[in-house]
Amino acid sequence: MAGFLFRRLLNYVVLIVVATSLAYMLAAGALNPRANYEGRNPPIPPAVIDARLTELNLNDRTPMFERYLTWAGGVVRGDFGKMVTGGSVNEDLARRIGVTLRLITIGLVLGSVTGVLVGAYAAVRQYGAFDRVSTGASFFVLAIPTVVLANMLIIAAVWVNGLLPQPIVYVSGEFSAGLTGGFWARAVDRIQHLILPTISLSLGLIAIYSRYQRNMMLDVLGADFIRTAMAKGLRRRTALIKHALRTALIPAVTYFAFTFGSLLVGTTFTEKIFGWHGMGEQLVNSIYTNDVNSVAAISCFAAFAVLVASLASDVLHAVLDPRVRVG
Amino acid sequence: MSDPVLEVTGLDVTFGSGPGAVHAVRGVGYALHPGEVLGIVGESGSGKSVTSLAVMGLLPAHARVTGSVRLKGREILGAGEKRLTAFRGKTISMVFQDPLSALTPVYRVGDQIAEAVRIHQDVSRQAADRRAVELLDLVGIPNPAQRARAFPHEFSGGMRQRAVIAMAIANDPDVIICDEPTTALDVTIQAQVLEVLKTAQRETGAAIAMITHDLGVVAGFVDRVLVMYAGRPVETGPVDDIYYRPRMPYTIGLLGSVPRLDVGGRRRLVPIEGNPPSPDALPPGCPFAPRCPMVVPECDAAEPPLEPVGSGDRRAACIRAGEIEEGRTRPGEVYAPSGGGRAGRPAAPGAGAGERRLPAPRGERGTVLAVDDLIRHYPLMKGAVFKRRVGTVYAVDGIGFDIREGETLGLVGESGCGKTTTLMEILELARPQRGTITVLGRDTAAMTSRDRMAVRRDMQVVFQDPLASLDPRMTVHDILAEPLRTHGVGDPGPRVRELLLLVGLDQQHAARYPQDFSGGQRQRIGIARALALEPKLIVLDEPVSALDVSIQAGVINLLEDLKARLGLSYLFVAHDLSVVRHIADRIAVMYLGKIAEIGQVDRVYDTPMHPYTQALLSAIPLPDPEKERSRTRILLEGDLPSPAAPPSGCRFRTRCPKFRDVLSDGERERCVDEEPVIRVLDEDQGAACHYAEKIKVV
Ligand code: SF4
Ligand code: SF4
Repeated sequence: MAGFLFRRLLNYVVLIVVATSLAYMLAAGALNPRANYEGRNPPIPPAVIDARLTELNLNDRTPMFERYLTWAGGVVRGDFGKMVTGGSVNEDLARRIGVTLRLITIGLVLGSVTGVLVGAYAAVRQYGAFDRVSTGASFFVLAIPTVVLANMLIIAAVWVNGLLPQPIVYVSGEFSAGLTGGFWARAVDRIQHLILPTISLSLGLIAIYSRYQRNMMLDVLGADFIRTAMAKGLRRRTALIKHALRTALIPAVTYFAFTFGSLLVGTTFTEKIFGWHGMGEQLVNSIYTNDVNSVAAISCFAAFAVLVASLASDVLHAVLDPRVRVG
Repeated sequence: MSDPVLEVTGLDVTFGSGPGAVHAVRGVGYALHPGEVLGIVGESGSGKSVTSLAVMGLLPAHARVTGSVRLKGREILGAGEKRLTAFRGKTISMVFQDPLSALTPVYRVGDQIAEAVRIHQDVSRQAADRRAVELLDLVGIPNPAQRARAFPHEFSGGMRQRAVIAMAIANDPDVIICDEPTTALDVTIQAQVLEVLKTAQRETGAAIAMITHDLGVVAGFVDRVLVMYAGRPVETGPVDDIYYRPRMPYTIGLLGSVPRLDVGGRRRLVPIEGNPPSPDALPPGCPFAPRCPMVVPECDAAEPPLEPVGSGDRRAACIRAGEIEEGRTRPGEVYAPSGGGRAGRPAAPGAGAGERRLPAPRGERGTVLAVDDLIRHYPLMKGAVFKRRVGTVYAVDGIGFDIREGETLGLVGESGCGKTTTLMEILELARPQRGTITVLGRDTAAMTSRDRMAVRRDMQVVFQDPLASLDPRMTVHDILAEPLRTHGVGDPGPRVRELLLLVGLDQQHAARYPQDFSGGQRQRIGIARALALEPKLIVLDEPVSALDVSIQAGVINLLEDLKARLGLSYLFVAHDLSVVRHIADRIAVMYLGKIAEIGQVDRVYDTPMHPYTQALLSAIPLPDPEKERSRTRILLEGDLPSPAAPPSGCRFRTRCPKFRDVLSDGERERCVDEEPVIRVLDEDQGAACHYAEKIKVV
């Protein structure tokens, strides 16, 4: 197991290096930070612009490879360079990563667990009311884009809030600025802010996972070993949970890494819409502002996160499925 | 007699409702007394497995079950889950057909057995684990304590079935239902598992209901037999009566259609004409009437009930059973050509067994296929991204045989012996890794693509699964016309009609699609297609193993007739040695990529020389209760070694009973060090064993 993990890790490091380097080159080639300074009134002298750009390691007059080396040298020391505004990418991202991870982790856990349960139950009651409703709902959710879904949620929330004496969910930001009160008051406030974006993230996941799990579960339900388990004298429920669900979970777990990646993309919209200052929001902003270093750093982080998720799913897979443990 | 432990009366199972409802089981009843073994015999679709699932209460919710099932006097049909779970696995337990999927893949074997113990007994986890190890030991798993910690995928099929049996006897049940427990296993493993079942029965004293399609498996094991047809019992009685004095035409037909391992000299099989009725379109009266050679108009009036015939505990559902009992019609005559019946297509087109011309001596006939020192090795790869070779699978490792004109060679062996690889190598018509393949006088290594085309015309193939090898979008006419057109025959029409006639199909069938036919008919289409270009050699890959016995007999007869009429040669690859005895002139027995024994069929069957052939033949159950009871089996131990790491010297030595029990240490050394080659010890019989000697085992 240790050897297996070590080899995996080594593979991943290589992959991250390649992915990040490519992302940097792409960003450095496609984005044009010089444009940020040109066409201003009064015009900034070119020498000043050059000096400023060179200071930020963004000068397109320096050969790209040289810029890349400078950048890479920094990255190896743990420094992702400077933003166009002059601030440190590291500091900015450090703050945002926390925001995004909180959102993603809660959304992912909520989404996959609920999705798996919904799917498993739908499979057990195949063609029953629950199965039909959940099937319809998942296709509905999958058919509408995240943006629309989030806005629908906001509209619904505003409407619900309007009916109540006091708002119960907030539609924008991470917390209410200037809130006074103790720890609990602040915690409640944060949760109230968290609800909507989390729901909007996990709805899609629930839809996907429930479909997926339903199919897996249906495969397993017809398997002989469920019959064996019941012939032993297990109740149907126990047999279904202990033998069927446990076996049908394995593919869902491998699916985990994949959804993690798509979720990183999903948060871009969610953060923008709900006014969360996370990585997704910054990615969009940094492309607007030709912020090569931020784009590269975020790509690096995304690659890292996806691979960590994939490692986690490999490990979980090995834990859940004895058949892959050999060798 | 004591009260029955399990009493089933008037059991009915219907799937679905309304006009589409399928009445799968109709009025099944039997009683199982303590310690008794009942064989429930039937072909596919006879409702035998559905019956047992209904008894266990394991049918899906959309099945409607009525009737009565009394376990130790208490009604359990329709009981609530609480009561059902209390007796399932404790009073009554079950062994399923497919051991590969019967165990949950993610739990250790020992834990799954311990789970069965803990459901019904209030014992600690450690005690349950200990009991699991004991049980594994009882069913003959070596190193049980260590193997209990293995996962199902680390067990071979035979070992998994042992584990399932261990689970079934964990709580000392009163009744064990075995649903085709050995069907998925190789014969030598089947013999082991049957032995384990006998042990299990001795240990627990349980009554066993043994469900099977194989009349051999139950012959030596059961006390009574229940024969099922079209969802209902058609005959029941003590085992000897059923086998020696059958009273119902279906039973008579079934027994007559089984190829016998113990009968040489080509007794012609007696197939039952037609196909079993589908459960949603039963004939009005006796469901067997459309196939019955004794049918009379009264048979269509009403379904005959299962009524006592003669003395003793015999029952048969046939209005003419009394006649057979009184001897007015002898069982042997029921299927005689004069037996009448409206299914009566002329028994077989062309020459029967009697008209067979005496062929020239073997040595004077030309060779159609010669294989010499053939090798096929596969690299064993590992790793996902960077594949590396970690070993070699010696799938076929130096074999040789030849087939003469008008001859059938049976290539037999258990799964993993290399027989299919051999067949594929021959069909490929390419240069082998080593050795030579000569088809119709031409060496495959030197063939041009034009030669290949010509040889393909003369060498045709028939596969096991008729449906998979026939294009579902083509009509039968198109399927048969295709090879003709490819090889430039102008108007295929007349030839297609001829072919259909040849294989015993109606000419009107030409416009239909393969899926409209039953398994046996499809296989006939496959044979007709192979015959289209008048080949000289036909390679048959398990051509009858997917068919029920009553259908299989017809196809075997057809193959024999065609051979006699058209002067064909067959390479017949199969795992069923009884079928091979019937059809082959010579036989080659493969083990782990090598030929263990080769020779004339009756010599090899009557007096096999290689210890493996002896074990193989002795493992096959005979449909003859008395012979079965008096036979002693040569049981092989363990499983087939991996073909990637064959034992040194003689490949069979790890399982060889002779090596284990008979030879001295000095003699053994030779088996370990020196690889035996085939020595011809008698006229046309050779074995690859240093200490080969003839033994009679059947
Ligand atoms: S009842 Fe008639 S058709 Fe049925 S088995 Fe007897 S003789 Fe044949
Ligand atoms: S050579 Fe030895 S081990 Fe091999 S079959 Fe003969 S007796 Fe058995």
